[in-house]
Formats: sequence, C-alpha cells, structure tokens
Amino acid sequence: MTRTAPSLGKDLVGLERLEPDQISTILDTAEPFKEISERRIKKVPVLRGKTIVNLFFEPSTRTRVSFEFAEKRLSADTVNISSSGSSVVKGETLVDTARNLEAMKIDMVVMRHGSSGAASFLADRIPSSVVNAGDGGHEHPTQALLDMLTIRDTLGRISGIKVCLVGDILHSRVARSNIFGLLKLGAEVAVCGPRTLLPRGVEELGVSVFGRIEDAIEWADVLNVLRLQFERMKAGYVPSLREYNRVWGVSSARLDAAPKDLVILHPGPMNRGVEIDSDVADGPHSVILNQVTNGVAIRMAVLYLLAGGVPEAAEAAKGGGES
Amino acid sequence: MASCTGETLFVEASRLLVPSTRTPVMDAKAVERAIARMARELIEMNAGAAELMLMGIHRRGVQLAHLLQAEIERAEGLTVPLGTLDITLYRDDLMAIGPRPVIGESKLPPGGIDDQVVVIVDDVLFTGRTARAALNELMDWGRPARIYLCVLVDRGGRELPIRPDIVGKSIETMPNQAVEVLVPELDGELAVHVVTVPPEAA
Repeated sequence: MTRTAPSLGKDLVGLERLEPDQISTILDTAEPFKEISERRIKKVPVLRGKTIVNLFFEPSTRTRVSFEFAEKRLSADTVNISSSGSSVVKGETLVDTARNLEAMKIDMVVMRHGSSGAASFLADRIPSSVVNAGDGGHEHPTQALLDMLTIRDTLGRISGIKVCLVGDILHSRVARSNIFGLLKLGAEVAVCGPRTLLPRGVEELGVSVFGRIEDAIEWADVLNVLRLQFERMKAGYVPSLREYNRVWGVSSARLDAAPKDLVILHPGPMNRGVEIDSDVADGPHSVILNQVTNGVAIRMAVLYLLAGGVPEAAEAAKGGGES
Repeated sequence: MASCTGETLFVEASRLLVPSTRTPVMDAKAVERAIARMARELIEMNAGAAELMLMGIHRRGVQLAHLLQAEIERAEGLTVPLGTLDITLYRDDLMAIGPRPVIGESKLPPGGIDDQVVVIVDDVLFTGRTARAALNELMDWGRPARIYLCVLVDRGGRELPIRPDIVGKSIETMPNQAVEVLVPELDGELAVHVVTVPPEAA
C-alpha cells in the first residue's frame, strides 16, 4: 500500500532541529522532483490552490527565483514581497505584516530576514507553514540541503565524506546549516579560514579547524567555498581582498597539489578572484551549477512535504505567541 | 497500484483490529499464463509490437510491465520500451490524506511518448482514480498516438468512467475486501490474494 514519508512538522526553520531521517527524506524526495524540471510541461498539480508568499526582507536573486520556480512548478499561486516598496519601510512589524497576509488566507510563507531567529519567531505566531530562506547569521536550511544533495549526487553518499567549508564562516548561515546537516548524515566536517572569520568556539559544533587552505585541500573530498560577505562586515576582518585571495583563495595551483580531485561547491554569488578563482569555478570539478539545478528540486521537495502538514501544529500556533 | 484511500483504510484496519482472511486467487503459474495472454492480446490489438511502449505504474505495475515486456519479446523478438510512472503528484486525494506519500521514480523511455502507443500497466483496477491520474500525467509528458489500459486484476467498483482494454482476471469483490498483487521483487512471490476484513471490523 502507499508508503508515507516521515513528517517535517509545520515549518522548516533549520536543520539543527531536524532528525537525520527527516533530512534524508527531503533529499530522497528531491530525486523525483528533479525529473519534473526536465519535462516539456514543467508543472505538476500537487500544490494547486495553495497560496505561497515569498517575503524577502533582504536582497536575493538565486534563492528567491529558485523558490519561485519550485512553487510554480508545483502549481502554487505565489506573491512576492520585498522590503523595499512594502509597508515594512513604513515601520510595520514582522508579525503585523504576516498577520495581514494571513488575513488574506495564505498557506505558506517563505521568508528571508536579516535577523537570526526571525523564521522561528514567525513560525510560532502564524498557523501557515514557514520556510526559512535565510535568517541573519542563523540558518539557511534549503541551501545546505541542496549542497548535500549535490554532494550525494557526485560522490554517491554523504556518510564518511570529508567536507571542508572555506572562508567566511563567521557571517555564514550557509555554513551553520551545512555543519548541522552534514554531521547528522555522518559526514566529517572541517572549517578553514582566517581566525577573524571563524566563530569563537566553532570546534564545539563538532568540526575540525584548518589554519591553512593547503592543509584543508589535502584532507578534504569536498570544498564548499563560501562568499566573503562584505555587506555584513562592519570591521576590518581581512586586510585586503588581494591578500585574502593570496592566502585563502581556492586556485587551480593549490588544487593541483592535492592528492586527489576535489569536488568544488559555492553557494553563490561568487566573488571571482577573491575566495575562488575563475578557472576553478568553471573547471571540471566544479558542481556549482548542479547546485543551482538541485536547489529547485530541494525546494519543491520541502514545499511538497510541508504542504502535507500536521493540522494539530497549525491549530496550536494559532492560539500561541502574542507579540 | 490501486492506491485509493478506501482500500488502504481497510487493510490498515484489518491489521489493527480483527485478523483478516487471505484467499489466494492466482498462483505464480496462473499469473504467468494471464500475462502471456495479455501480451498476445496487446500484440493482436496493435497488429505487432512496433510503436508499443509500456508504462508501469508504481509500484507493482512496474514489475508487471517487465513481465509483459519479456513476454512480448518472446513472441515478437522485439524489446518494447518500458517506462515507469508515479502518479502521487496527480492524486485527487493528496490534500485529504495526512502524511505525504513517498514518491517513486517517473521515468520516460528515451524517445519520449509522442506519437507512441502507450500501454498503462497496473496491478489492480478499482475506482479508476489511479488510471485517471496516470492519464493526466501522461498528457503532461507529451501526446501519445493512443493509450491502452492494461491491468492484471479488475476488481470492479469504478467511481469514474474508465474501462480497461486488457484484463488478466476479473474478480467480483465486496467493499470490505482488498486485492493484493504480490511480485517477487517486493513480496518474494508472484501471486494474487484477496484479503477480506470481517464486516464488523470494517
């Protein structure tokens, strides 16, 4: 008879709260969704009649477009709201914005917000499902999921694979979500970057730390090269971009010295010539565009799984949390 | 497969409540004979195996499609293309059922289905809702020249105006009965059973 997947609950806030089998479920569910984007008619009727609001308080192209494609390919109706040009600039609070949307009978909110914890805050206060599309320095679960799917596609498994996150770990919600997710699925995880860009006590998350990019490259099977997030850097974390590239940049010269071929990931947008050189980004071991393709499938999987929902949780959220 | 909530409910209820009775109605030999006849009918209907394409519906329709493919090959010396179809995303009760079903693989033969004679292969035909979903999904894939519906067991109880073209065996069933097709890959044997839940439990 029909086999059912384990429930994700009402929301997807982060990977820290998920069980390994829930993460595996999302990855497995993404597999059949890949094929839908290859069809001539790239649409299935599974979310027909569902309304999804994409609420983006921070600029985003890739993630927003990826979510929007995922929603449209599942036949959901979508509305995009960005902070500029909305009542947010008039001083409306997050909860008021969301409650007004709720009053227009929506089913899901996909939100990106500059504050850590914003997704969880909202999820506790509205009955609609909330999908975190990045909240401050906290988590970006769908990015980590698509990274993991890409690793699994390329190497056949995640368990036992050595993944090193390189660069700006401090400002990176992508790094946090990757660390939680990869460790839960049995990968070995390391971080590598200038001390100023590593969070204090990062070892406590269960990752090892490399002080030299050469050592990381020698150890790892996969490098996930993170973007230097200039927009979040309020102090001088790195002396200069040229120096950063010279000491920490992932170049083909450095990769050629490695004992084996590495799989290269980057969540984008890339600063070419800073954290990653163009010949690496466009090289044979780069799976950066596979990540983008997988992003749509992962988001379709997440929306599909959440739309099944758990009515009890939605009921509970309606009553709770006065702001 | 006959994935309708009614049938699922009965089987699950039977596991929880009263021991249900299980009656074999076809053994491996009988299923093989039926498949052989279905293959011949298909070839006759289509005047050969050219342009034929089998689409097995997850899960047990896929195994049956492989058996049909082998049988057609034996008769015509031609391996017809075989695809798989998972109709989960096209179900009409998806929002009504609770946890999300696991989605199987939909895989089209490399040439696509345009202008082909597509044979939907499923294990049990009951309400017709699975067949309806399969038709919709195929239409999103392309424009076949025609579509046949081929099922191992027709148990009656249609809720939609859908009829099979080729049937292995017709079985009269009651609402408190479920028809289970067993295949070696998933169940360790090839057989058809009717599972009856006592009316007081159903």
